[in-house]
Amino acid sequence: MKPEYKIISDLIEKDAKVLDVGCDDGALMEFLKTNKNANIRGIEISKEKVQICIAKGLTVIEGNAEFDLKQFPNDSFEYVVLGQTLQAFINPETVIRELLRVGNKAIVTIPNFGHWKVRLNLLFKGTMPITNSLPHDWYNTPNIHMCTIKDFVRFSKIIDFKIFKSLALINENVSDINNSNLIFKNLFGELGIFLIEK
Amino acid sequence: MNIKQNIKTLIVEKPLKLDCGQTINNFPLAYETYGSLNNEKDNAILVFHALTGDQFVTGINPVTKKDGWWSYAVGSGKSIDTDKYFVICANVIGGCMGSFGPSHENPKTKKIYGTDFPVITINDMVNAQINLLDFFGIKKLFSVVGGSMGGMQVLQFISNYPDKAKTAIPIACTSSHSAQNIAFNELGRQAIAADHNWSDGDYNSKNIVPDKGLAVARMAAHITYLSKKGLQEKFGRKLQERDDLKFGFDADFQIESYLRYQGSVFVDRFDANSYLYITRAMDYFDLVKQFNGNLSDAFKNTKAKFFIISFTSDWLYPTQENKDIVIALNAVGANVGFVEIESDKGHDSFLLNVPDFLKALKNFLDKSYAEKNS
Repeated sequence: MKPEYKIISDLIEKDAKVLDVGCDDGALMEFLKTNKNANIRGIEISKEKVQICIAKGLTVIEGNAEFDLKQFPNDSFEYVVLGQTLQAFINPETVIRELLRVGNKAIVTIPNFGHWKVRLNLLFKGTMPITNSLPHDWYNTPNIHMCTIKDFVRFSKIIDFKIFKSLALINENVSDINNSNLIFKNLFGELGIFLIEK
Repeated sequence: MNIKQNIKTLIVEKPLKLDCGQTINNFPLAYETYGSLNNEKDNAILVFHALTGDQFVTGINPVTKKDGWWSYAVGSGKSIDTDKYFVICANVIGGCMGSFGPSHENPKTKKIYGTDFPVITINDMVNAQINLLDFFGIKKLFSVVGGSMGGMQVLQFISNYPDKAKTAIPIACTSSHSAQNIAFNELGRQAIAADHNWSDGDYNSKNIVPDKGLAVARMAAHITYLSKKGLQEKFGRKLQERDDLKFGFDADFQIESYLRYQGSVFVDRFDANSYLYITRAMDYFDLVKQFNGNLSDAFKNTKAKFFIISFTSDWLYPTQENKDIVIALNAVGANVGFVEIESDKGHDSFLLNVPDFLKALKNFLDKSYAEKNS
């Protein structure tokens, strides 16, 4: 189980209707089903992962979040979760807008490219950073739009959505991000977790 | 035709008003069952067959002596596990395996119906089969399942009876027959009509069969069930029991011989008029139009959990048409899962040994059944 599952779960009320975008093998879906009795659906691009979800009895649609969120009417879900995949989309702005159209609220997690290890990696090695959470080479990475925690906060102002809660994950400990500690969290946070609204 | 023994038949007494306006009653509905109905009567699965299928889903078909059409998917320990579920399948009305169809005698004229048989629709087929629930004392089916025309019946069933099934699995189908679908069906019908033996549908009274026309119809349709890649890999330009071309019109190529064989075995088991009637029913199927252009309205009253399956190489009912159903279901917040299975076996994939498909079907059913009991 990934450490952020508990954090995401804590942001969601019991019995909520939730869509997990890019639900992978359904691990978060199962966690939310068990812990929050969530009425949960998933959308996943990989056929193999969809098969795994079906074998777990989860309701999953094979599809691409960038194009297939269109099919859901406005406010279909109370929460839409996008776990560590925003950076893989061709147009993250469209995806954020779609998340907030389909859901009342969205929970977006991003691997922080501003983390000190990433920075040192580039500074001293002079090559594109490869870390535990970003294991790919530049030429085969699905992550085409990496951003930092600070970038995401700026993004909210540029494309105009509200950040209700922002959390940083540092060594499996979660802490609030605010204006005064943003520089610090952007350096040490491995993952940024944001609860956002239109 | 074969001697049709061992066919279980329910005589439906209740009048059924057909879409064409006629009302039928006291008509036979032939069916078969597999497995056993549990005490709670909540383990029943109604399987709908496709164009040329029948009620003999699995095991040896007692009429044709061949394996049932869905032997890969249905049986002990299989995807639709007959050790666990009670499987019911009926021959569609208009068919030729015992259910009320054009080869039956018209009680008024004492003659075989032929083309005097009323034109039936997918809606009529489903409305006839709902009588099986009362017959078995089943309040709610665990699932309705079908591929191709069987999938269309699944959609129509849920639309007509939104609370009569817990889960629904439409496979490789569409909510509305496309121009291309209609075109291929028309080709088949015209092949039958062009056979002199067809005699405007009155071949039974003359004791002849339009076998040439029906065989050509089957050959043409069979091509639409396969993919180009599948055909190429299986047959390519391989020659049939000869070393070189014969510069004539015998079956030089294996694919020719294969299609001729498919045509010839088909005429032994299928009635030409039934072929006309059932293809017509498919062509008339337009669930979108039934709901004035909004397919979602067909599903707005149902709590059924849907699982939609398509195949990558199916060009007859392509993935997009299956996805349109998913989209319509999502628009009304229905519980729907969807997967496109990788296969080069074309539309026929759902009938064949395609492990990813069989696995998905089994997992969906078994998990949904376990959920129901938890």
